Amino acid sequence: MSTTTRVTEPAARRPEHPIVKVTVPRRTLASELRAIKIVWRRELIRFASDRLRIVTSLVQPLLFLFVLGSGLQRLASAGTHGVSLKTFLFPGILCISVMFIAMFQAASIVWDREFGFLREMMVAPVRRSSIVIGKCLGGATVASFQGVIVLALAGVVHVPYDPVMILGVFALQLLLAFTITAFGVMIAIRIKQMQSFMAVMQMIITPMFFLAGALFPPSGLPGWLTVLNRIDPLTYAVDPMRRLVFAHLTISPAARQALDPGVTWWGWRVPSGLEVALVAILGLAMLGVAIWEFSSTE
Amino acid sequence: MISRNGERQAAAAPAIQAAEEPAIQAAEEPAIAVHGLTKDFDEVKAVRGVDFEVAPGEVFGFLGPNGAGKTTTINMLCTLAKPSGGSATVAGHDVVRERDDVRRNIGLVFQDPTLDSYLTAAQNLNLHAELYGVRSDLVKPRMQQVMEMVGLWERRDTKVMTYSGGMRRRLEIARGLMHSPRVLFLDEPTIGLDPQTRRSIWSYIRELKEQEEITIFMTTHYMDEAEWCDRIAIMDHGQIVALDTPEALKAEVGTDRVVIHTDDDEATIAALQERFGIEAGIVEGAVTFGVPAGEQFVPRLFEELGIPIRAVHVSRPTLDDVFMSYTGTSIRDAEEDHAKHRNRVMMQMMTRR
Repeated sequence: MSTTTRVTEPAARRPEHPIVKVTVPRRTLASELRAIKIVWRRELIRFASDRLRIVTSLVQPLLFLFVLGSGLQRLASAGTHGVSLKTFLFPGILCISVMFIAMFQAASIVWDREFGFLREMMVAPVRRSSIVIGKCLGGATVASFQGVIVLALAGVVHVPYDPVMILGVFALQLLLAFTITAFGVMIAIRIKQMQSFMAVMQMIITPMFFLAGALFPPSGLPGWLTVLNRIDPLTYAVDPMRRLVFAHLTISPAARQALDPGVTWWGWRVPSGLEVALVAILGLAMLGVAIWEFSSTE
Repeated sequence: MISRNGERQAAAAPAIQAAEEPAIQAAEEPAIAVHGLTKDFDEVKAVRGVDFEVAPGEVFGFLGPNGAGKTTTINMLCTLAKPSGGSATVAGHDVVRERDDVRRNIGLVFQDPTLDSYLTAAQNLNLHAELYGVRSDLVKPRMQQVMEMVGLWERRDTKVMTYSGGMRRRLEIARGLMHSPRVLFLDEPTIGLDPQTRRSIWSYIRELKEQEEITIFMTTHYMDEAEWCDRIAIMDHGQIVALDTPEALKAEVGTDRVVIHTDDDEATIAALQERFGIEAGIVEGAVTFGVPAGEQFVPRLFEELGIPIRAVHVSRPTLDDVFMSYTGTSIRDAEEDHAKHRNRVMMQMMTRR
């Protein structure tokens, strides 16, 4: 309707506005960092504007915590030595809450491809690695932000709000979220369709989540389950999380022994530091694979 | 910044004078230079040896039916696809060896949308500026400039998902210009748009040519739009079949186009061949042929054809005639051909399974 005015308007204004001419500098470390930052920020902007997702992604951890925790309380009470099942489940739920969102975050690379935006990033004069790193950091940030919301429920399940514990939990959530996002991005670069990506992720993440011992203590399991539990990388994120939370609980030694036995390798209790290092190395390795894959696609 | 511009103008002035001397003009570096470029996809030869040069400041049109190899060629020039053979330089940089330098100097507007519709228009442009490393203090003024040009400045804080198809395309053009590229690639910039928006997009392109030192390389399959280009190349089956200014190409055809409607097209074609020695064909459902001085030919046609003519139409050559004279079909029929071929390949694949 107003096409003609639209067209003539800038022409009339032209003499007053000199052309703003910009130049694109050669690639430097600073320009790569700037690219990483904007890719990271885009994830945050998109997350902030999607309030529905913030709410829906809370449903699953809350179901596990309150429905499963309350429902099985009576059956479990014999084994928990007076500790509420909800309290026991809490560290595992802190892990779950970031896991599923991190997976969802990685899916954004599939969406970006489907809606064409990936192309805009692929033709920019930046390293492909900057895009992948920005994506992983963005996914990790968004997921751990969601984790903080679940962490806020600590009081409800009789876990004290200890500042050291909160910082520790946040750091662990960030690490776990980063590793899962890196894993998801690695898969997402290969798989071009949303449905198949979601199916593959469910197929991999769900067993990993069940085997990791987020819902049960990792000792006294049948042999086959012990083996699978120790192979599952998520075990090494859940265990330090549980140790950290349990260190701030006042419970009987018997309860501690039953509920937080720790992960052992042939009878040797694996220290938290090693567990965290394992998760971090795995995350970085998958990031490396993702970068390599992304750089070698045309 | 203003003083910088001043310097540039001062430097440009003697260059323009020098350009009048042919020896120096020849030394001017082409914006795009392509030599023997090929691209194979498995067994399909999408581009089979393409050569051309585009001068700085030119609006260069790449024409051809869908599937002729236009997009593949543009992808190779934009560093999105690796050539199977031959070489190409864009803005003085080799598209394979100096990929980053090419990318810093080109702007791209794709056939398919590449905007983030969850972000606002301004956020999309800002993201682009950050990715390209545009100086922070210049991002805002440059954004205002390009968005005003396409008439979207007032809508900058609206999410792109609320934009219409035409607005999105205009925003993509604005984004492609954010970093002041030396060469702007437009892949079918007006496809699927209403005539009004098509016209306004062309007015931006012409405005750009006047305002900024920019070379525009575009593909289109609208023949009427190709008229606006300084030069056009016609591509068919992976090869360039003609390359010149639109006027020169039309003049080369030399014949007027005559379209006649009769009750028996087959007999008419036979009669034209027999009585006048004219090769006629059926284009878009009517008997069509080319003759020099078409208007003078019509009275003879009525007298000597011997078949009742219901209607007759004579027209001066258009680019579509140029296309027809080089490829033997109209661009629309050629497209159907390509589609049929694709279908046939599909059918073969299905039966083989």
